[in-house]
Amino acid sequence: MSDHEYTPKSKLGKWFNDRLPLLTLSNHLQEYPTPKNLNYWWTFGGILTFCLIAQIITGLILAMHYVASADLAFGSVEHIMRDVNYGWLIRYVHANGASMFFLAVYIHIFRSLYYGSYKSPREVIWIIGMIIYFLMMATAFMGYVLPWGQMSFWGATVITNLFSAIPLVGESVTNWLWGGYAVDNPTLIRFYSLHYLFPFLIFGLVILHIWALHVPGNNNPIGIDIKKPSKDTVPFHPYIVIKDLFALLIFLIVFAFFVFYSPNILGHADNYIEANPLVTPAHIVPEWYLLPFYAILRSIPDKLFGVIAMFAAIFVLVILPWLDTSKVRSAIFRPLYKQFYWFLVADVLILGYVGAMPAEGLYLLVARVATAYYFLHFLVILPLLGAKEKTLDIPLSLTEPVLGGSPKESMAKNKKEI
Amino acid sequence: MKNFFKIFLFFKIFLLFSFNLIAAEQSNKLLDPGWSFKGFFGKFDRAQLQRGYQVYTEVCAACHSMKYLSYRNLSQPGGPEFSEQQAKIIASQFEVTDGPNSDGEMFTRPARLSDKFVGPYPNDQAATAANGGAYPPDMSVLVKARKGGADYIYSVLMGYEDPPSGITLDDGVYYNKYMPGNKIKMSKPLMEGAVEYADGTVTSEDQMSKDVVAFLAWAAEPHLEARHKIGFRAMIYLFIITILVYFSMKKLWSRIESKV
Repeated sequence: MSDHEYTPKSKLGKWFNDRLPLLTLSNHLQEYPTPKNLNYWWTFGGILTFCLIAQIITGLILAMHYVASADLAFGSVEHIMRDVNYGWLIRYVHANGASMFFLAVYIHIFRSLYYGSYKSPREVIWIIGMIIYFLMMATAFMGYVLPWGQMSFWGATVITNLFSAIPLVGESVTNWLWGGYAVDNPTLIRFYSLHYLFPFLIFGLVILHIWALHVPGNNNPIGIDIKKPSKDTVPFHPYIVIKDLFALLIFLIVFAFFVFYSPNILGHADNYIEANPLVTPAHIVPEWYLLPFYAILRSIPDKLFGVIAMFAAIFVLVILPWLDTSKVRSAIFRPLYKQFYWFLVADVLILGYVGAMPAEGLYLLVARVATAYYFLHFLVILPLLGAKEKTLDIPLSLTEPVLGGSPKESMAKNKKEI
Repeated sequence: MKNFFKIFLFFKIFLLFSFNLIAAEQSNKLLDPGWSFKGFFGKFDRAQLQRGYQVYTEVCAACHSMKYLSYRNLSQPGGPEFSEQQAKIIASQFEVTDGPNSDGEMFTRPARLSDKFVGPYPNDQAATAANGGAYPPDMSVLVKARKGGADYIYSVLMGYEDPPSGITLDDGVYYNKYMPGNKIKMSKPLMEGAVEYADGTVTSEDQMSKDVVAFLAWAAEPHLEARHKIGFRAMIYLFIITILVYFSMKKLWSRIESKV
């Protein structure tokens, strides 16, 4: 937080600000000292905020035309696509927006993993982020159920059935979730209700996420603590704002490409067939962003342990700040961690790929190896690295390595040569 | 900056690649006759959609409903664009049940523009029963509901063959090269000369298949032309504003970088 006191110039402003310091807040957001060496991977926070707001606005409009009823839902979506003015645009933005949201959140998370942004003193930001991510998955899953197509129905059946694996109370919990003895009208209506609620929970958590961020300030590619404000920082407005805007526009070009030229490529054709409890689709596949977890779930032969493994895959992320014991944040100065980082990226992509394939033969074997490696990375490799890894020398400030020119990777090497 | 684009590209290629792989699972490569509505500037061919409607209504509609379309859609921009008068005449050839009237009686009347397409069967069960236990799917979104889309439907229409030796088919089951499992309960629907086109186009099996599939593609995505048009404008707009913001950003940051 900037330390200097802010006083509004106008009398009215001062009167209001003494009662509700909104102007102080706005001043803080503008002045907020940000490390000036942030690269484009840091722009995804702003992009994600945009995604959330875009989803809420398009969702709000869709909700005005959608009917949450097992008999009418599919038809009401077609009504939106055909008869509502620009309904097709709003729905395609919303549906592809979910995919774009996840694309951005995965980049955001992996940026944090690379530069060690989850480490002290930013653990709380990270944990709030993980809760947001978890809620996002729940929201997206329930949203996918709403069109009441075949994949909606059978996806909902598969996922809600997971809860029946809980010992003793499993069946009661599942029936309670369904509001009956199978996925049916009551399930659809409650999913709709929750799908409407969760984005606002996420919104609240995003505010906490940013608040928690503004206490220690941003991490940066070098991963060192920066004195704020100083020569190493720039005010958030206009420097970071315009950079975020530029990145957002690039992101929007990709987004628009999907919406206008291949709006259904990220979805599944079966979801344009109305839900039919009597006909099971050949392959039940969740949306692409859930595939790595789906692969972990299916790679364990036992249902209960599969479910546990799936949730554990998220939970290891939550406790990550305490699993990674290395004091050095940025992977730039951690030669070994950097390699394992890319192994993890490849591992998650492989999990995503096998998650889309039938769980048999070679696919299943690959899924098992990849699942094992996923946990190995977090539970064994990271703690070991913290103890064993020889890290490179870290500069004291961004301006210190003058010889390197820009504060980039080359800097560390330059410093050694000196 | 370079990295940024590279990774974006990488993600996109990965996504497209994995989806193509899923699509490639199908044993036979689908036929692609070259659709006018594919590509960045793809548009429907009006005459083709009108012919396609004729094939649908004279052949397919005997079994397949299209319950999400209304007769007024036939005259809306971006579709077959029949004149409103023509659409009214088309609608009036169908009978719908309306009511109850002031006496509490249901009555039938000719369909109007606002009515949905009249289906061949009163309900899904009747449709299933009349077709040997195989429900003829509603065709409103059929193109979007099948992997491979228009190519797939076209391929199935063109894919009827005599079964290879060794495969025996039950009564009412036909062999189709492109159908998953190769068995289909619909008999070959389009025979040469099944309809008579008013514009004199040859009614070959291939021509009729193309026409009706184009019509179905429009039915599944009636705002496709608007989407392509708006998309192009949105892209141009985004590119221009991105370039402008890029230079503003460079200008702003030049103040900082000079200080370093």
